[in-house]
Amino acid sequence: MELLVASAVGLMTAVGIYLILRLRIFPVIVGLSMISYACNVFIFASGRIVPGLPPILSKTAVAYTDPVPQALVLTAIVISFGMTAVIVMMGLGAFLSAGDDRIDLSEDSEE
Amino acid sequence: MMGHWIIVPVVLPAVMGAFTVLVLRNNLGLSRVFSTAATVMLLAVALALLVGATRNGPEIYFLGNWPAPFGIVLGLDRLSALMVALTAFLALVVQLYAIGTGWDGRGRHFHALWQFQLMGVCGAFLTADAFNLFVFFEVLLIASYGLMIHAGGRDRLKAGVQYVAYNLVGSTLFLFALATIYSVTGTLNMADLAVKLPQLPAGDFALIRVAGVMLLMVFAIKGALVPLHFWLPATYAQAPGPVSALFAVMTKVGAYAVIRCFTLFFPADLPATGALFADLLLPAALLSLAVGSLGVLGAKDLPRLAAFGAITSMGTLFVAVAQFTPQATAAALYYAIHSTLAAGALFLVADLVVARRGTGNLLRALPVMPQHGLIAALFMATAIAVAGMPPLSGFLGKLLVLDATRGASMVLIWSAILLSSLITILGMARAGSTLFWKAHAAEGSLPPHPAQPLAFVAVFALLAGLGTLTLAAGPVTGWLAETARQLHDPAAFIAANKLGAP
Repeated sequence: MELLVASAVGLMTAVGIYLILRLRIFPVIVGLSMISYACNVFIFASGRIVPGLPPILSKTAVAYTDPVPQALVLTAIVISFGMTAVIVMMGLGAFLSAGDDRIDLSEDSEE
Repeated sequence: MMGHWIIVPVVLPAVMGAFTVLVLRNNLGLSRVFSTAATVMLLAVALALLVGATRNGPEIYFLGNWPAPFGIVLGLDRLSALMVALTAFLALVVQLYAIGTGWDGRGRHFHALWQFQLMGVCGAFLTADAFNLFVFFEVLLIASYGLMIHAGGRDRLKAGVQYVAYNLVGSTLFLFALATIYSVTGTLNMADLAVKLPQLPAGDFALIRVAGVMLLMVFAIKGALVPLHFWLPATYAQAPGPVSALFAVMTKVGAYAVIRCFTLFFPADLPATGALFADLLLPAALLSLAVGSLGVLGAKDLPRLAAFGAITSMGTLFVAVAQFTPQATAAALYYAIHSTLAAGALFLVADLVVARRGTGNLLRALPVMPQHGLIAALFMATAIAVAGMPPLSGFLGKLLVLDATRGASMVLIWSAILLSSLITILGMARAGSTLFWKAHAAEGSLPPHPAQPLAFVAVFALLAGLGTLTLAAGPVTGWLAETARQLHDPAAFIAANKLGAP
């Protein structure tokens, strides 16, 4: 279980970093999403991995899992979702006004 | 005691921002009135908080009255009150500039985004909870994305995409750091961390070191510390002038976060980390000095020159921060106030020049611009402030930093700071001579430009702030010395959290 979660986080981060280093806007956005997924799983795991336990009060529960990371990850998901929406819109705007989706600034645009 | 006033700098801009975007979005005149009134009120509240923090010492505001560390807390001490007041002053002045030049009418929702930006910055300065710091970072970032691409344009949008992508990576790194800290300590309340981290078993030292370094990297991205500064030059050069001027306080958010976190819960005497952070921070700060000043010398246009000036000032600031001594922290805070005002003024002057010449290009001389003499004088004063020459406060700030960095690596630090100042002076002199002297020899004439007195009032207000900081240097440094003492002895701040009291 630990091995599975850890390697999933590692793999998604690696894929994300590879995609972020591409020169086009679309792969960069996908890469950022991959990294934020990896991050969400990582936050979830920071409360220790215990399957099948409730996070809040329950009459039938024998033990509980840490509820705080679940609240943190919810915040993180909402924020990363909003940020992805923003960068998609800005990428689209840059594509429509510049005519290409390259992420680097060309030499003449620095004038 | 300040009570509920502590949360006003967060709530007031949030309400005004929402009000502006919902009710006043089609009425530029009214949104100007309401937004300026809100910023004036914010400044008044910030000054009241400053007085309160000076009189009462650290105070914690429990949101929803949940006891710490279970609820989220805001903390008011001298440092946070100072930073909020500085933000409010800069925001008010720059907002007047934006109104005076008509920048706020060139795109939609300028004033709403401005208020949300202030909400994020003030919240980041006031929070005493590490995860809440992340949330406020995101609030200030998402507003800054909107402000950065205000008025649109191809190059601005492309630079904006880079800026967003860079900061999204930074945010993810922040989350990784926070999750690691939580998994080791089980808390994210800053005061609770300060209590728990020294009791950490040796087996967790490696994890907390990784988390600490990741946290430092996040703040270094915000503070544009070399080699994590790559987002800054293009962003600040392409953003609208007044927005860049407000962003002068955003890099200080990074410096503030380093000072807050690394004096409170990662102090230099922590067994798990020791001098690790100082050893990482100092070389990066020295590199920033070199890269920033060479960038000032080599910049091809004026906004880019101002952006590299901001990197140089962050280098000087972080050299002082990296000492982690009360004297150096006090020097860093004095320099932070100075460099916020000076960088803001330089971006505004650059915007005045670009608006009149039509370009910020420094490679060829154009004819004499409208209001030539006045702008030349303002550029001269601002250049003196940014380069750190007498008689303005940059000189005093650099003296304080130099005085506080006596010790083992004194030769290296002093020569880096002094050489970077010299190179900055050269870069400024070159820019000034192209812009203002060679213009007299150039053929033709530039189109006329309205006088815009309010814009000049704003620049003069920033320079007046610098002048006041110079004249009142004695009382200010005394006050800052007490602030730094409070930061390096956080017992009162931790006690105010009432940890363990049900």
